[in-house]
Amino acid sequence: MSRPFTPQVVTANALVAGDVVYLTPDGHWSRHHAEAELIEDPDRAAARLAEAAAQTGTVVGAYLAEARPGPAGPMPVHFRELFRAQGPSNYPHGKQAETRDV
Amino acid sequence: MYDYTAFDAAFVRARVAQFRAQVARRLDGSLTEEEFKPLRLMNGLYLQLHAYMLRVAIPYGTLNPGQMRQLAMIADRWDKGYGHFTTRQNVQFNWPRLHDVPDMLEALADVGMHAIQTSGNTIRNVTADHFAGAAADEIADPRPVAELIRQWSTDHPEFQFLPRKFKIAITGSPNDRAVTRAHDIGLRMVTRDGAPGFEVILGGGLGRTPMIGKVLRDFLPEADLLPYLEAILATYNLLGRRDNKFKARIKITVHEHGIDALRDLVEAEFPRRRAAFGGADRDWLAAIAAQFAPPAFRDADPAPYHAARDADPVFRAWTDTNVAAHRHPGYGIVSISLKAHGATPGDATAAQMRVMADLAERHGHGALRISHEQNVILPHVPLAEIPAVHAALRDAGLGTANIGLASDIIACPGMDYCSLATARSIPVAQDIAQRLDALGIEQAAGPLKIKISGCINACGHHHVGHIGILGLDRAGVENYQVTLGGDGTETAAIGTRAGPGFAADEIVPAVERLILAYLELRDGPDETFLEAYRRLGAAPFKAALYPESEPRKDRSRAA
Repeated sequence: MSRPFTPQVVTANALVAGDVVYLTPDGHWSRHHAEAELIEDPDRAAARLAEAAAQTGTVVGAYLAEARPGPAGPMPVHFRELFRAQGPSNYPHGKQAETRDV
Repeated sequence: MYDYTAFDAAFVRARVAQFRAQVARRLDGSLTEEEFKPLRLMNGLYLQLHAYMLRVAIPYGTLNPGQMRQLAMIADRWDKGYGHFTTRQNVQFNWPRLHDVPDMLEALADVGMHAIQTSGNTIRNVTADHFAGAAADEIADPRPVAELIRQWSTDHPEFQFLPRKFKIAITGSPNDRAVTRAHDIGLRMVTRDGAPGFEVILGGGLGRTPMIGKVLRDFLPEADLLPYLEAILATYNLLGRRDNKFKARIKITVHEHGIDALRDLVEAEFPRRRAAFGGADRDWLAAIAAQFAPPAFRDADPAPYHAARDADPVFRAWTDTNVAAHRHPGYGIVSISLKAHGATPGDATAAQMRVMADLAERHGHGALRISHEQNVILPHVPLAEIPAVHAALRDAGLGTANIGLASDIIACPGMDYCSLATARSIPVAQDIAQRLDALGIEQAAGPLKIKISGCINACGHHHVGHIGILGLDRAGVENYQVTLGGDGTETAAIGTRAGPGFAADEIVPAVERLILAYLELRDGPDETFLEAYRRLGAAPFKAALYPESEPRKDRSRAA
């Protein structure tokens, strides 16, 4: 029996700035994890990843990352994705230092 | 230090222009990421967790003030106002944008610097003793030889696609401050019957399969160096494994074939290589060496230094740890700690870089070094001027008195920056340093090297830490393994894993228990942590790490 599908988001790094971006429900790229599309179906996940991977002029290294619903939108599951969403934890000078919450 | 020739300058400028065109082609869609990635890596540009990262070579850790100021300018203009000095004596910028990188490389070229061969399966930046040319215990300055190797290896057509990356370290002192036994090739300058030469050590390395290097040649005449290195590299290029990335380093080649078989192959290749050299390298080494002539040391009265030590206990404590013996009377070697308690090991702000550049210019014959322990060195400072240097460093937040102590921690970037990391390392270093500072025990504990890596690639040299810490991902949770008894010096040893790993909130108390146990166990203040460990064995230290049996079993299952 296969494992139940875990909700996921499509994430990548922006080609020019290199920063972490997420694929939104309307197909744009957002710098904020909470604005990502939380994908709950494996077929749609594969399709969305394929769409993202084709955008070679916009992003680099698209992949699916596990996520879960949160009060303001999808939230990371693994600590690696949490750091990617927030910025370095040694001192706040990544996304967490910007005005908007992630 | 070495100044670029017109040839060097033209070569670096040509590479910048080439990369500028490659970036433009990537941005206009002419190059795919698969095509572009190897090109950017050849120019030191990685894509990390949050951003691109540009790794800039600092050959054998030697910088002049103008270069340091240019690094500061680059940090301010194209990054976030700081640079990160690494265990490879390099500097990394963590936040460049792709379209700015050609301009950053151009700015580096303006001061005779570049990022070539700071990545890829090539011969990387040659590292050396950071006290080179200054240390009282030195046989000879290794930097002319390091520069010769740098020039020989840069863009060497035969060695651009080795089975894996290749690192060479060199020391001119019997006291090994360059970790030569943990490099693909370690060179120790020695003499035999008055003639200069090298002990050649092969196949050291850390990473997932740590190895202490083995002696390939106990004495190689200085004149034979480049052809012999070429014979080693040519042998490895053919014999090294290309089927498995994790078995591709030369340490595995040595392990699988044996050092004697490697020696036979190298010695068979060596005469062919030597015949091709013809002595041009010898002439060029002499020309390079002239550029590394010692500065015009002055005979200054050291009385103000001793008076300041007597009058100011803070200054005295700082000099006890941060000033080392110089070869010239009346001089000292000043190590500037980039390890303020709670700070990120190896980070320096642009303002701090400028302060260090100014101090080098004003008090240090214009010399700066980067150590593999992620600190900055002023190698030539008259003792009489060290009080003024200390005052300026304190004003800049650079006056921490902890060189060689437990809070002088090597830490790789870990999961705060690195895409390969499995756990964070910097926050562990920050927390340990702050805890030791709060306890006030690190001066009493004396020389103690803690080294932290955030994955098994071991950029933080944890295998050769007296206390090594390795961060891993255990079922989605950060977990930290402790190794004990490692040593990166001339008595090199790989540390032994102590037991089950610790959760992130357990690792700092565990290290604290280790240090407190050492203070109880040692013979006296003169017995270092490593000496006590070697005398007593692991058992009492493990007992301190794992004081209770039941939680130990629990940890074992979790790890």
